Amino acid sequence: MIGLCVIAAALLARNLNVILLHLPDEASQGAIYRIFYFHLPAAMTAGACAFVALAASILYLATKNFRYDSIAVSVTEVGLAFGAMVLATGMIWARIIWGIWWTWDARLTSMLIVWLMYAGYLMLRRAIDEPTARARNAAVLSIFIAPGVYITWKSIEWWRTQHPGPVLSIRGGGGMAPGMESAAYWNLLALGLIAVVLVMVRMQQETYQRRLDALRREAHVL
Amino acid sequence: MIFLRQSLTIAVKDLRAELRSKEAINASLSFAIVILLLFSFAFDPSSEQTREISGGLLWLVFAFAGALVLNRSFARELTNDCLEALIASPVSGAALFLGKALSNFLVLIAIELLSLPVFGIFYNVRWTGQFWTLMMILLLATWGLTVIGTVFSALTVNLRLRELMLPTLVYPILIPALLPAIQLTSAVIAGQPLTADLYAGLRLLIAFNIIFTALALGLVETILVG
Amino acid sequence: MSAVRVEGVWKYYGHFPALRDVSFQVEPGACLALLGRNGAGKTTLLKIIAGLSRPADGHVLVAGKEARDRETRARIGILGHGIAVYDELSAFENLKLFGRLYGLRDPARTALEWLERTGLERVRDGLVREFSRGMRQRLAVARAFLHSPSILILDEPFTALDDRAIAVLQGLLEKALADGRTVIMSTHQLREALQLATNVALLNRGKLAYHGERTAEMLADPGWLYRHYGEMA
Repeated sequence: MIGLCVIAAALLARNLNVILLHLPDEASQGAIYRIFYFHLPAAMTAGACAFVALAASILYLATKNFRYDSIAVSVTEVGLAFGAMVLATGMIWARIIWGIWWTWDARLTSMLIVWLMYAGYLMLRRAIDEPTARARNAAVLSIFIAPGVYITWKSIEWWRTQHPGPVLSIRGGGGMAPGMESAAYWNLLALGLIAVVLVMVRMQQETYQRRLDALRREAHVL
Repeated sequence: MIFLRQSLTIAVKDLRAELRSKEAINASLSFAIVILLLFSFAFDPSSEQTREISGGLLWLVFAFAGALVLNRSFARELTNDCLEALIASPVSGAALFLGKALSNFLVLIAIELLSLPVFGIFYNVRWTGQFWTLMMILLLATWGLTVIGTVFSALTVNLRLRELMLPTLVYPILIPALLPAIQLTSAVIAGQPLTADLYAGLRLLIAFNIIFTALALGLVETILVG
Repeated sequence: MSAVRVEGVWKYYGHFPALRDVSFQVEPGACLALLGRNGAGKTTLLKIIAGLSRPADGHVLVAGKEARDRETRARIGILGHGIAVYDELSAFENLKLFGRLYGLRDPARTALEWLERTGLERVRDGLVREFSRGMRQRLAVARAFLHSPSILILDEPFTALDDRAIAVLQGLLEKALADGRTVIMSTHQLREALQLATNVALLNRGKLAYHGERTAEMLADPGWLYRHYGEMA
């Protein structure tokens, strides 16, 4: 895990060097476009977290194995952090390009709503003391949130939004010069690795916490 | 068949208990009227403006007032441990959920139908122009509200903070249903024809109802039994 | 076939095992007294047998079928800590409601029969909210017996009841046992329980510490079992 941590840090340093010092300014947006290298990879990481959260929640309900509950809560928390990064970088970009911090368009709104729903997921977990009931109810809630994630993902195709459309060539965007696009993938790798490390740390904590809880219950029946 | 009969039995039981005690209905209806009054102080709108914001106004009132009914849905079963007896009886979680959803749905529709004339009088708005279209929207969106509210009432029934928890969880999830409901209601009350955009909203509303009704029916047994 | 067969049942709260590999059988017509201290896992086990929750591992078979099956639940009657009848409904309506849910052929007639048996026929249309404690308890007993369950699960039945309700319940239990039905009850009231019980099971921290027939020794000295099997050796 420490190895992964070092690799992620090194990769991030390399990317920062490329993004800030080597890549040229974008033709129409100027220097601010560089925030895109964090906005998009963070969004993809957050999206991946949501997907894993759904898969882990379904697997928990199917197997009742607490490992999946640990995964679900860990990726949800990390996804919330990356989601906050997406919202923050998006708002900074919007302030420069659009002249406003926020607009109630479909992409921005649905992203914020999903973020709030996952915050609600953590609130629900906090409100239930018994680990089995907590894991079960949280898994059900996570499944109920998933359609909202799908709406957020598809919102730039379903509605006319002010949010830029797809840019990466894998989603049929193709609006970027090759050197610029590859930097985005490199940073996706860096942020993705950071997310993995964070998830691993959180999962470890969850396991300890459940052991502690079991010991406490053991002590109560003595 | 057994499934539907059991759901109906539960729904009739809930309605009868509610009509006797009237605790949820009274609270919810008076709350709805209070919010309607508050909005009129807050905005002091002319009837032209009111028509434009009528959808948002009405659905905020319905969603806030509805939460009071939905909160009680499973919580009322905690008195005397009735919930245990229901789960232990040969009624499936899904049938129990459907019965409760049906009774909540009827109560919410009743509250909405009583609030509408109050809204018309206080805000000086004629809302009956496209009555049946409005009713259709009302039924669709209220079912969405009911399904989400009822299933989350089951999800939060054993929590100490359920009265606080339920609205925080329910409203964000409801937005994909509330948004088209608000737009459609405003358009219908303003007497506008349904445009392509509004039809897309209608489709979203129907898809929302189908997806979440299916999810709720499939997951409620897990919520209640494990 | 055993009336109830508990096979290697585990139940966890998080990582804490509330039931640890519990196995035993109850034959038809037997009355099992489930003993143990608070937190030993009695209620958890009864809930699993009644189909109110699922074991993490192992099985509970009731007359050969899984506990949570619909047909199984229809054969079980439960009397838990709460009375499980509705305050806003009348006694008659309450029994009719549960009669319908259990799919009885004539819920109204059966409800009336049970109101008579529990001495509530004169207040059949009174709301439960207005009932005295004892009347509510007798109604709860009627609710549990309404569908002639072949297996009765009672969680601390004598703790909350008043004298008259205890008499009603004891009479009904004796009759049920004579009819060949099975009773499983958890209890602190050793004397009342042991008189009825044919078998005894003792849970200690989620483990089955003792299971066997109720002997004369136990009846003479209710503390005997706890002293010999109460703490894990």
